Amino acid sequence: MVDPAPIVVENLTMAFGSFVLQRDLTFTVARGDIFIIMGGSGCGKSTLLRHLIGLKSPAAGKVYYSGESLWDSPIEQQRQILQGTGVLFQRGALWSSMTLSENIALPLREYTDLSAAEIRDIAALKLALVGLAGFEDYYPSEISGGMQKRAGLARAMALDPEILFFDEPSAGLDPISSRLLDDLILELRDSLGATIVVVTHELASIFAIGNNSVFLDAESKTMIASGNPKLLLAETKNPTVKQFLTRGASAALAT
Amino acid sequence: MNVAAERAGNAATVACDQDQDALRVRLGGDWTLRQNLPGAEAVSATIAAATAARRLTFDTSALGRWDSGLLTFLLGVHEAAQQKQISIDATGLPEGVQRLLRLATAVPERGGGRRQTQRAPFLARVGSGWLALSAATSETVTFLGEATLSLLRLLTGRAQLRGGDLLLLVQQAGAQALPIVALISILVGLILAFVGSVQLQMFGAEIYVANLVAIGMTREMGAMMAAIIMAGRTGASYAAQLGTMQVNEEIDALKTLGVDPIDFLVLPRMVALILMMPLLCVYANLLGISGGFLVGVGMLDITPQQYWNQTIAWVRINDFLLGITKSIIFGIIIAVSGCLRGIQCGRSAAAVGEAATSAVVTAIVWIVVADGLFAVLTNILGI
Ligand SMILES: Nc1ncnc2c1ncn2[C@@H]1O[C@H](COP(=O)(O)OP(=O)(O)OP(=O)(O)O)[C@@H](O)[C@H]1O
Ligand SMILES: [Mg+2]
Repeated sequence: MVDPAPIVVENLTMAFGSFVLQRDLTFTVARGDIFIIMGGSGCGKSTLLRHLIGLKSPAAGKVYYSGESLWDSPIEQQRQILQGTGVLFQRGALWSSMTLSENIALPLREYTDLSAAEIRDIAALKLALVGLAGFEDYYPSEISGGMQKRAGLARAMALDPEILFFDEPSAGLDPISSRLLDDLILELRDSLGATIVVVTHELASIFAIGNNSVFLDAESKTMIASGNPKLLLAETKNPTVKQFLTRGASAALAT
Repeated sequence: MNVAAERAGNAATVACDQDQDALRVRLGGDWTLRQNLPGAEAVSATIAAATAARRLTFDTSALGRWDSGLLTFLLGVHEAAQQKQISIDATGLPEGVQRLLRLATAVPERGGGRRQTQRAPFLARVGSGWLALSAATSETVTFLGEATLSLLRLLTGRAQLRGGDLLLLVQQAGAQALPIVALISILVGLILAFVGSVQLQMFGAEIYVANLVAIGMTREMGAMMAAIIMAGRTGASYAAQLGTMQVNEEIDALKTLGVDPIDFLVLPRMVALILMMPLLCVYANLLGISGGFLVGVGMLDITPQQYWNQTIAWVRINDFLLGITKSIIFGIIIAVSGCLRGIQCGRSAAAVGEAATSAVVTAIVWIVVADGLFAVLTNILGI
């Protein structure tokens, strides 16, 4: 029997009250994918992520983790399913009353039997991986927005989860750090075998790391393209997608 | 021309005339936000009335300075023209205005995105009010249930507390509250003694001031004053802490880790108050009684020995235990309403403020209600 895919989304409809944000989203994230969720600002990418990580229940449709329907499971089981995931929130969402090191230590303390010294070493390692070595004892309010983003990334990786969700990891980073981050994401996939779902606008990283994607459109309120971003760029006939993937250049040429 | 007139500029003018199928809008003067600008309504009305018009052109030969004021006006005109399917010929406008207008109309407005401000009919408001109330009630009941389960899990050893967090919370709810609790309870003791002595002196029964203060403090005022102080101090701070965590998505981050926010945030706060409230209550009792002692000995010619004997003779252990039991219940009420309001908090700075206010109000209301129930119960049971 083949392993069921880590994440399958079926006919997902997202709504705030009676306001429908996106409808009929169907896609599969395969093991080892770096899956890109893209689309214009405000089209519902972060909201889609909140549906995937169990924070907002769908108006209709299903989310399956390895064949198990997330939203039909009792809360205990949902927790179990989501224990294998790590999340970087769009605005970091670090615990502001703890230092960076304690932020990373918390999941480790919850789910492992490591000693305090070992946990501290792991936290230092994770911070070093995102370029924040030496910032262990800083509080989130004492570092810049881009640094908070990276610290959030370190926290998401704390337990070496099988599935990682990143909401705009490179927003607010300089080009070099952003490039290093892409390398780190590829490395996480290759060396740890993680499956990674990334929300991003950054074209350079979409093409550098993505091997599958969905494109959400705000106007038609559904996904209008999916697949490998490089192939999408070459083959898509849809003007909105084309325009997005070429930074609007194709539209400028057309007029 | 003097400076004031320069700043005031020339009054903005607008006029419309029709030439066969073309409507021409003539703009003159300075169109800046600081002026009294004419609204788009006049032009919109003309557009709506002009049946034969197909095109809209602009004449800006008399236009002076302009800024966003002109743009908002033009957007209004644009909207009116679109409704009548009149095409707009913007070439008469200055270059910059044309470009900005193109930018402003590049992304179509999101349907349903604008808030509807019209009032719903009466019945609909009653209905949605009822729905909101029942939703809030079920949320509260769910929270109470979860908090109780969490406490039970702790008692049966299936949930654990993080030592460091608990110590900090105990310190905040205990040691740091001592000065204010001391001040208030001494004053309450003094006041009870003063008010009582005036009445009791009429019968020459000053010595009973000691009874009044001791029994009043141990049965009622010690627990009550400590609870009200802690509701304002600690309950509000719990609501603000948890509310801010809600705003920053910190609670969401906990949930995605599979950590139960009730176990992690609410339980230690409940435990801290359950542990500290009885101690604060005893402390308040002692200081309240010493407040009464000051008045009794200082003003009423009662010797310290007499006051002490009278107090010891009349306060029963049951009075003490009743106050302590109450204080534990009050502690739970304070922790639960603080954490509940914090967890329910919306995602804005104003919502955090409301959460803190409502935590204090909820706590005080329930403290008084619970105290009333205790009064009835102890009366029936004869405690
Ligand atoms: N609590 C809410 N209530 C109502 N509407 C909401 C709420 N949260 C988000 N929205 C709406 O949902 C839409 C999508 O928001 P979301 O944060 O998912 O966008 P996004 O695609 O992540 O955008 P960005 O790329 O700018 O982060 C927005 O248009 C927003 O107005
Ligand atoms: Mg977003």
